Amino acid sequence: MSELLKEQLYDGPDEHGHFGIYGGIFVGETLMPALEELTRVYEKFKKDEAFWEEFHNDLTHYVGRPSPLYHAKGMTEALGGAQIYLKREDLNHTGAHKVNNTIGQALLAKAMGKTRIIAETGAGQHGVATATVAARLGLECHVFMGSEDTKRQAANVYRMKLLGARVVEVDSGSKTLKDAMNEALRDWATNVDSTYYIIGTVAGPHPYPMLVRDFQSVIGREARQQSLDRCGRLPDSLVACVGGGSNAIGLFYPFLKDEGVRMIGVEAGGFGLDTGKHAAPLNRGAPGVLHGNRTYLMNDEDGQILETHSVSAGLDYPGVGPEHAWLKDIKRAEYTAVTDSEALEAFRFLTRKEGIIPALESSHAIAYAMKEAPGLPRDHIMVINLSGRGDKDMHTVAQIDGIEV
Amino acid sequence: MSRIENCFKQLKSQNKKGFIPYLTAGDPNLECTLNLMHALVKAGADIIELGYPFSDPSSDGPVIQRAVERSLAKHTRLKDVLALVKRFRQENQNTPVVLMGYLNPIECMGYQKFTDAAIASGVDGVLVVDMPPEEAHEFLQIIHRSVLDCIFLVAPTTREERARKICELSSGYVYYVSLKGVTGASHLDIDSVRTNVNLLKSYCGLPIGIGFGIKDVDTATKLGGLADAIVVGSALVNLIAELKDDYDYSRDELFKHIELIAQMRIGLDNK
Repeated sequence: MSELLKEQLYDGPDEHGHFGIYGGIFVGETLMPALEELTRVYEKFKKDEAFWEEFHNDLTHYVGRPSPLYHAKGMTEALGGAQIYLKREDLNHTGAHKVNNTIGQALLAKAMGKTRIIAETGAGQHGVATATVAARLGLECHVFMGSEDTKRQAANVYRMKLLGARVVEVDSGSKTLKDAMNEALRDWATNVDSTYYIIGTVAGPHPYPMLVRDFQSVIGREARQQSLDRCGRLPDSLVACVGGGSNAIGLFYPFLKDEGVRMIGVEAGGFGLDTGKHAAPLNRGAPGVLHGNRTYLMNDEDGQILETHSVSAGLDYPGVGPEHAWLKDIKRAEYTAVTDSEALEAFRFLTRKEGIIPALESSHAIAYAMKEAPGLPRDHIMVINLSGRGDKDMHTVAQIDGIEV
Repeated sequence: MSRIENCFKQLKSQNKKGFIPYLTAGDPNLECTLNLMHALVKAGADIIELGYPFSDPSSDGPVIQRAVERSLAKHTRLKDVLALVKRFRQENQNTPVVLMGYLNPIECMGYQKFTDAAIASGVDGVLVVDMPPEEAHEFLQIIHRSVLDCIFLVAPTTREERARKICELSSGYVYYVSLKGVTGASHLDIDSVRTNVNLLKSYCGLPIGIGFGIKDVDTATKLGGLADAIVVGSALVNLIAELKDDYDYSRDELFKHIELIAQMRIGLDNK
């Protein structure tokens, strides 16, 4: 058995999709058989070397992997502590880590004979990555997006349309990512025979948290090898932003057994954890059930999901992947938060020090490093997942600066 | 014998079909819901499915989504819905009430606390749409020790082996979802419902209620002939959506407003 396969058979979830008390399958009965089928199909392909070969072939020649592990000397010098390495997921085709997952799920959709693809999107990165693979495979594609987000991310809406996708504006509830996900679930129940639902993060009902993690764990696998090759050893700490948590789990997962490696997930602190206006369920939420899984959620004492706030649309979600909930409880990973203004400062800092404009999501991970790295020894190796590039955020940042672009 | 079991037994002895309307508690307000419940009984409801609101109703179509939004705008809480059932019981001890909704509000209250409170309020059954049997062990252990019935859904996509298991775990009745989709959809295919329900009947020991997409007297009558009961939700909620929040409707006014429900009852009985 190859190293790749051995790793993917490691630990959680159990056969019902549980990570400890988290995860599972909480959906209406109409979708249960479809999820069982997807689990069966994926379990089959998980052990199929040819499937992974095709996946990695696409990642190499279409996505442009492996992505570099870049020693950010300018940032390291400016902070004066830990050696900072950036895992450059921003250099992937479509500009973020999201495409790793859509490539993998599109292969599953094709193998299952599905002709129609649906997806939910917040910032639009997952929507673009889905529309991209759908265009490449000639599949009909519908992307659900909250009407608040279509306004915030107009450029990505246009991108998806150019790629041939239909963008469905969702006007219910808070009109953001969580409502887009509700609408995608409704569409799936209606068109379950013809349709494959590409969920964009490690949340949702089993088997999604598992299969999205497996496709994204290429990030950590590469980073682990690159660190061994470049530095002769494993990193001391890993840092990634956490919304639903797919880029973070992708980086963390291949290091789970490396006990000496610290893992830090950075949630969106919005206006501050004490203001209630944030998107940090692991820091300030409680376990509950939403969108098909049990996990930490932001809800009120009556179980109603609260509206979240983050400057970054991609982190603006009241839940989080169930594996993160579990990693928090067993204390294998730590979860902290930075505020909007700290993330914005980090956005500008990295742009000036390294000539890399990060996505506002990834800027949260950079902001954590700015706070912690100065206090760490010079030989500490910190790997930060630079999960996406900031082009999509020009409008948001310019607006904050009072500039019309 | 539970109130639900008794209800189906009586219907059977009278050779009648059961009629189960659904409405969302707190839409347009709790006072109006209470009067609507009594008006529904007058119109011929045998069982009432009472929705408790959840912010993310991912199995519901736009009509019930809007009802839930209106209810939440009034800050309707699960404990308010339980108190509403208690008030209903002060006047009506016969009509079973089934709470229907999503799991998170119940989880937040706690399974045992919810079960105790529901029984104390006079609730008879519970239907949690996003809790399939696989995830129901803990809750079922508590419910099965109590007098509450737990109703599960069987969908057109459910295969026989799974449907058999669902029938075994259910009590009161089994809810057959008549179409692939969400509540209030409009692509009901009566022939395929007939085939699936006939198969379900062959091994399900419980009464079967059919719901989703029943909008008019004709469909109600036809589907009523296929099973033991029909559930009507969005068609009723659409009528409730026309009600004004700032006006105190009398039960007679409400009864007239939901005339469609009485007509469906008549259609079912004349079958």
